[in-house]
Amino acid sequence: MNASDQKRLLREMIFYRRFEERSFEAYMERKIGGFLHLYSGQEAVATGVLETARCGHDYVITGYRDHVHAIKAGAPAREVMAELYGKETGSSRGRGGSMHIFDPTVNFMGGYALVGQPFPLAAGLALACKHKGTDQIAICFLGDGANNQGTFHETMNMASVWKLPVLFVCENNLYAIGTRIDRSTAVTDQYKRVCAYNIPASQHDGQDIDVVMTAASDAIAHVRAGRGPYFIEFMTYRQRGHSMSDSNAYRSKEEERKWLERDPIKIYGDRLKKAKVLTDKDIAAMEKSVLDEIENDIVRFAEDSPEPRVEDLNKYCLDDQSDPRWIGPLVQGEQHG
Amino acid sequence: MAEIAYWEAIRRAHDEELAHDRMVIAMGEDIGVAGGTYKATSGLYQKYGADRIIDTPISENSYTGIGIGASMAGMRPIIEIMSINFALLALDTLINAAAKIRYMSGGRVSCPIVMRTPGGTAHQLAAQHSARLARMFMSTPGLRVVTPRGPLDAYGMLKSAVRCNDPVIIIEHESMYNMRGEVPDTETFRPLEGAEIVRVGTDITLIGYNYSVHLCLAAADKLAAMGLSAEVLDLRALRPIDRDTIRRSVEKTHKVVIAEEDEAAVGVGSEIISVITEECFFALDAQPVRVHAADVPVPYNRQLEKAAIPNADDVLAAALKVLGRV
Ligand SMILES: Cc1ncc(C[n+]2csc(CCOP(=O)(O)OP(=O)(O)O)c2C)c(N)n1
Ligand SMILES: [Mg+2]
Repeated sequence: MNASDQKRLLREMIFYRRFEERSFEAYMERKIGGFLHLYSGQEAVATGVLETARCGHDYVITGYRDHVHAIKAGAPAREVMAELYGKETGSSRGRGGSMHIFDPTVNFMGGYALVGQPFPLAAGLALACKHKGTDQIAICFLGDGANNQGTFHETMNMASVWKLPVLFVCENNLYAIGTRIDRSTAVTDQYKRVCAYNIPASQHDGQDIDVVMTAASDAIAHVRAGRGPYFIEFMTYRQRGHSMSDSNAYRSKEEERKWLERDPIKIYGDRLKKAKVLTDKDIAAMEKSVLDEIENDIVRFAEDSPEPRVEDLNKYCLDDQSDPRWIGPLVQGEQHG
Repeated sequence: MAEIAYWEAIRRAHDEELAHDRMVIAMGEDIGVAGGTYKATSGLYQKYGADRIIDTPISENSYTGIGIGASMAGMRPIIEIMSINFALLALDTLINAAAKIRYMSGGRVSCPIVMRTPGGTAHQLAAQHSARLARMFMSTPGLRVVTPRGPLDAYGMLKSAVRCNDPVIIIEHESMYNMRGEVPDTETFRPLEGAEIVRVGTDITLIGYNYSVHLCLAAADKLAAMGLSAEVLDLRALRPIDRDTIRRSVEKTHKVVIAEEDEAAVGVGSEIISVITEECFFALDAQPVRVHAADVPVPYNRQLEKAAIPNADDVLAAALKVLGRV
């Protein structure tokens, strides 16, 4: 990877971190409501995997911790922020909110609140890719906790039997809300669980974006070559609570400190400095430009955008432009008995 | 115009839609090599192959979810669930995903799936094979729910459901797959909305859907023999409900019986009575009566099962009560 791409990647991760921290602030100001799940600490996973995918071409789907996945997949950050603000200009026109970002123009097929639900949806997207005979794949990001749902096992089985072009990315951050993985899960190494379905799998460091990219590009090559699904597990850690109201009381300060030292932005920044790709001064300038962009472009756009109109409450429930041939009106007296 | 069985009508709709659009696929348990529990897909595996007539493992929630995911990427899956009782396992993907994705994406993503499933009692299949559950789907915004009463609608509504961009639940009936009826030889679409006046009458309106329309028709015959004229209305769609057709009929007859095979609570009958109350309360000359199943899990014993499920005589008795003849 050349130096300008390396700088771009570092800036992207700094941007994602600031995006999340800024939405935290907006939440505290009550400009964002509902649940808000932040990705701080896990940036290297989505950034690294999607850097090696073909965004806009491949399908991407995930759970509720979805802002960064959406933006890296190609959804405009302005629209994602506007969605958090519930605005008409938001990715989902203010109807979805933080957990339900959609942007089909770049094949980002959503954030979902139901833990484990995206597994089959991802396999379905992959089935469509296979059926159409394109070289697209589907990429499904989910947490460690999702693997205890039936949909995990059902979908791994079908994806394997039907050799679907789907990459399952497990972001193992060791916790499902407040329950540590070894308290809920018999086999804590998640990649081992899919061997029962004859799916190749591997586990990697999720804090080092270079490791993530190397591992993901191999996995994606496997899937894109038509060799069936792949399951890739990244060990990572969220720096904030599960959602806004979470005090993290279930985690030790020692554990948090240990993982903070492995901050993905710090790891990558240090590496680039060591390789003389950039200096501390460059990074400070980068941080400043991110801050400016988020404040003056992203947040400004969200704040200045209009709310959805209450008259449009019932819009989008069903197809508003249904063809009368399929839905009616019915002509009485055409059928007997 | 040929007379064909209900299952043949469904099979023909599959065949035509599969031929019309390569994005149409069918999926479900035993629908391919085995030809389908109700023969609704028989021969199609041989004609369209394993990639389009997909035999699924017994994983209702996830294979429904796979159909939904595929539909989000432009496919048109027809998903068969062997019995509506098993559809309970797929409620997460049907109700939490298919019904909500269009709305929560601000209209940007749609899920044009069709889910077909028989939802009625057959013969002594006992509690876990006899649930009806139409009321659960009809209360879910974001879905269309239709209940074909015979071969023509079974054929034409399935075709419309495949073309329509919304998720459509088609509720069939275990006891109706061999029922015969006329279906035009030329391609026909039947609308997914609109109640139908199946028999014109003036003294009372008997409202049914799916199998219970036939109970209403049988009761209407008996009423006719007594010199009473019953109008029979087939709801056809439980979501959305055709309020206008119901209102017009009640304004004409002023008396109503609603026949449903399901239990009464929070059900089709209670919904229709609410609609009538809201639309034309003062047109009523007598209080509406519901004919419905007993409020118990459906029993195995033949006598008990018979007692639990409404029949044409129950509809007749209710009609006579409303008409003040008892
Ligand atoms: C079906 C379902 N059950 C429970 C919840 C509540 N819930 C939301 S997130 C979560 C934990 C999920 O953990 P994991 O999959 O590891 O993802 P992470 O939050 O760590 O990214 C739970 C239990 C839910 N949203 N959906
Ligand atoms: Mg987790």
